[in-house]
Amino acid sequence: MAISGKTLQSPTKNMNLAEKLWQVNWGLIFLVSAISFIGFTMLYSAADGSMDPWASRQAVRFAAGLVMMLCLAVVDIRFWFRHAYGIYFAVLVLLGAVEVMGTVGMGAQRWIDLKVIQLQPSELMKVALILALARYFHGLSKEEIGRPFSLIVPLGLVIAPAALVLKQPDLGTTLVLVAAAGAVFFCAGVRLWKFALVIVAGGAAVPIAWQFLHEYQQRRVLTFLDPETDPLGAGYHILQSKIALGSGGLTGRGFLQGTQAHLNFLPEKQTDFIFTMMAEEWGMIGGLCLLVLYALVLAYGFAIALRCRNRFGSLLAVGLTVNLFLYVFINIAMVMGLVPVVGVPLPLISYGGTAMLTVMAGFGLLISASVHRDIRISRRGVAEQL
Amino acid sequence: MARKEEESERSKSFTRRALFLAGGQAALLAALAGRMYYLQIVESDRYLTLAEENRINLRLVPPTRGYIVDRFGQPLARNQQDFRLVMVREQISELDVTLARLSQVINLSDKEIERIRRDIRRKRGFVPVTIRENLPWRDVAQIEVNSPDLPGVFIEAGETREYPYGGVLSHILGYVGAVSEKELTGDPLLELPGFSIGKNGIELKYEERLRGAAGTSQVEVNAYGRVIRELSREDGQAGQTLVLTIDAGLQTFVHQRLMSEQSAAAVILDIRNGDVLALSSVPSYDPSAFNIGLSNEQWQGLINDPLHPLTNKSINGTFAPGSTFKMIVALAAMEMGIGSDYKVFCPGHMQLGRSRFHCWKRGGHGWLNMIQGIQRSCDVYFYDIARKVGIDNISVMAKRLGLGALTGIDLPHERAGVIPTRDWKLANIGEPWQGGETLVTSIGQGFVLTTPLQLGVMAARLASGKAVTPRLARGIRADVAPEFEAPPIPEFESLGFKQAHLDIIHRSMDAVSNSERGTAYAYRITEEGQELAGKTGTSQVRRITMAERAAGVTKNEQLPWRRRDHGLFVAYAPIHNPRYACAVVVEHGGGSKSAAPIARDILLEAQRRDPAVRPTVPLLADTGNLLNEG
Repeated sequence: MAISGKTLQSPTKNMNLAEKLWQVNWGLIFLVSAISFIGFTMLYSAADGSMDPWASRQAVRFAAGLVMMLCLAVVDIRFWFRHAYGIYFAVLVLLGAVEVMGTVGMGAQRWIDLKVIQLQPSELMKVALILALARYFHGLSKEEIGRPFSLIVPLGLVIAPAALVLKQPDLGTTLVLVAAAGAVFFCAGVRLWKFALVIVAGGAAVPIAWQFLHEYQQRRVLTFLDPETDPLGAGYHILQSKIALGSGGLTGRGFLQGTQAHLNFLPEKQTDFIFTMMAEEWGMIGGLCLLVLYALVLAYGFAIALRCRNRFGSLLAVGLTVNLFLYVFINIAMVMGLVPVVGVPLPLISYGGTAMLTVMAGFGLLISASVHRDIRISRRGVAEQL
Repeated sequence: MARKEEESERSKSFTRRALFLAGGQAALLAALAGRMYYLQIVESDRYLTLAEENRINLRLVPPTRGYIVDRFGQPLARNQQDFRLVMVREQISELDVTLARLSQVINLSDKEIERIRRDIRRKRGFVPVTIRENLPWRDVAQIEVNSPDLPGVFIEAGETREYPYGGVLSHILGYVGAVSEKELTGDPLLELPGFSIGKNGIELKYEERLRGAAGTSQVEVNAYGRVIRELSREDGQAGQTLVLTIDAGLQTFVHQRLMSEQSAAAVILDIRNGDVLALSSVPSYDPSAFNIGLSNEQWQGLINDPLHPLTNKSINGTFAPGSTFKMIVALAAMEMGIGSDYKVFCPGHMQLGRSRFHCWKRGGHGWLNMIQGIQRSCDVYFYDIARKVGIDNISVMAKRLGLGALTGIDLPHERAGVIPTRDWKLANIGEPWQGGETLVTSIGQGFVLTTPLQLGVMAARLASGKAVTPRLARGIRADVAPEFEAPPIPEFESLGFKQAHLDIIHRSMDAVSNSERGTAYAYRITEEGQELAGKTGTSQVRRITMAERAAGVTKNEQLPWRRRDHGLFVAYAPIHNPRYACAVVVEHGGGSKSAAPIARDILLEAQRRDPAVRPTVPLLADTGNLLNEG
């Protein structure tokens, strides 16, 4: 055996369910549950001390998400490897369908009405894209990665959904998609000068693309980039959010006592601005605790990526972890007035079905990568004999 | 083996880059923590203040407007609770059902329902929408009984100004109304919706006293401005109760007595202290109409009425005083050294240059002394002595007696009238004074214009020889009645007349009323000890042409109302130790016989009621100068 003797079972041998469950990162699940529990209490507070309408439904969704996460986690990673492209294209079709039949929600086409659930394909795409990219880069040798031609396919995988999401228009999700994909490219070993080239080329393309936009589209983009031009809209929201945060102080104003949130000065307090509400009621101490919990989850993600012995799993773990980080960072930076207002929810805490589903699915895949960390996958997707 | 090395190389590269990403993320999370520290620790106080400012709203609680009462405490202006029916949309589940139920209780018209629905659409769900104003008590009771079936429907109590005496006192009290753009002073109280301030009369003049001071209420509001709860409350100070000199009973009598004429004004005042006991001008208007709000038609009707019901003619109407001016000429003459025994022969006219000046009596009065001149109101007698006295001396005397200048009565829109002098004519007409104009002035015609109040003050000054000044406000009512103390009587300065001269005037006016040849003998008071002394006046509103005179002077009754003479009468009573001075002007009354009986009835009623000696309401001790805010 070429690899160390630590591996107790043969990587070729399929683990049974009990073994897999034993391998599941229960510490990570504990952290995820803790963060979600904080979310329930904040939703309880957002409803002025009531389980309805948000906290109870969010708890049900979390429970469902937890079961789904465990199911995804014990599915063999080779299954995900084999169906990565299939999942990707299915979501891409859904994304295209939004263009055709999507209902208009929140001022942009984002939702697809499946009667049972309102689906937001752009959320699902965040996971699907990482799956597809991880599979693609898994199959490349070092020399192949060095060839510029081999980057055409993955770039296409990124650009197709990014363009669709941008057209909705949802610049926030587009940026998250592109940034998470960039992290996969980066960890796959793409040379740094190529990143520089793409950034420069992209920058050069902006003024050209600008010419093709309608005037109302241009105005929308400008308002997005500079909310101060819309003082009663986004600018007002950010100011109220900063007031809420600042008035929280070190220890906060107390559970259910946040005046900014409860007197409705704070907009969207159950979704995008839920962190503000928490920091108002529980102060800097509460906010830091949440940040630490997220940091621990991210650390878990990187640890899984580093311990994974197949590239697919490593890249998947990095992509999912970066994706989670982007959610957390953009949301918190937004409510603190550090970045423009974009509709990015706080994972596990903000009220919302699709976001919860996507995040839990991401954790499921992450844990799957962890459980199956020692399984080797050939470039074509079969477990290798060693 | 090469492949294995490659694998290991790639693994190292991956580890490097993944750790680089992890480090970058850690740095960014640290930046978030730093931002949190800045907002929540460094800037915390500032944001806490902003949060409190967001949340806490200071609301003004409007003060209750002070009452206005008459000298005996009878309320003349008070606040009446009025009830407003409102509904709050967000507390109503089924608007149609609620409206249908309401219609059964208070009978809403389709038009009203349409307006309510429109208001509801326009306003936020928690803002009360008015269903009906000035709800009668019966409907209030009906709504209260049915309140379980009418969730979200409330009765709000407010206050409106009420004037129990209506038109009787409208010219004195004025009225209140909504604050206009021009009247805003920056005082936030004035910006409260529905807040009313004095617009005219006493309500305007004593606005500061009556208004009171606003209280404040700290309320917690949400982002939509909705009040969540009251945090603290500081009560304001209600306006002060203003006590007027008016006797509401006498005022009512005077007003009703004047109503026998189309357009007239009268004043009666206390000679000793200048208290105006009644001041009336007819026609008048109903002040409560201004509260409810006048329609454009009603307003146009009021301002276009030829009888000017909105004008307080007792202070704002100016009339030629006619023969009531003659005492002034007589006093001026006596001060010039012309004795009361100075005699003039009246042939019915006086020739001055090429003009002939007629006496009112065709054929003339024959020989007359001064007392007889006043008694019979002979024009020629006064033409004669006026030529000797001169216009400027007459003017000085008129002004000493209170004519041609504001009396200083505490009402807005008082007019000064005109007492002409040579300089006045040059300045205002641009022509030099003509000798004949002195003659015309001496019988109170020509340029001379006076207000009824000025004539009343003149009568009081003639009676007392003192500089009587009228007033309408006695003071601020004391909450706790002190031991009765005499109301502060303003000490009026003497006008410096010789008593002998005043005696002549008094005897003359006595003769006007109480001797058979007096011009007002028919309108004397016969009650012992209550007799009046007066003077008639008739002022022409047109020139009598030579042709008319030749054909015989047209009787006033045959003229259209607008061209008839004004009738005037000034008087005081009782003759001995006079207490009440009175002036009556009947516009186009056809001569003094229209005014004299009214003045007699007023003086008789005044002495019967005798308000000047009855105890009045207690006043705050230091109500010296009411108009200077103290």
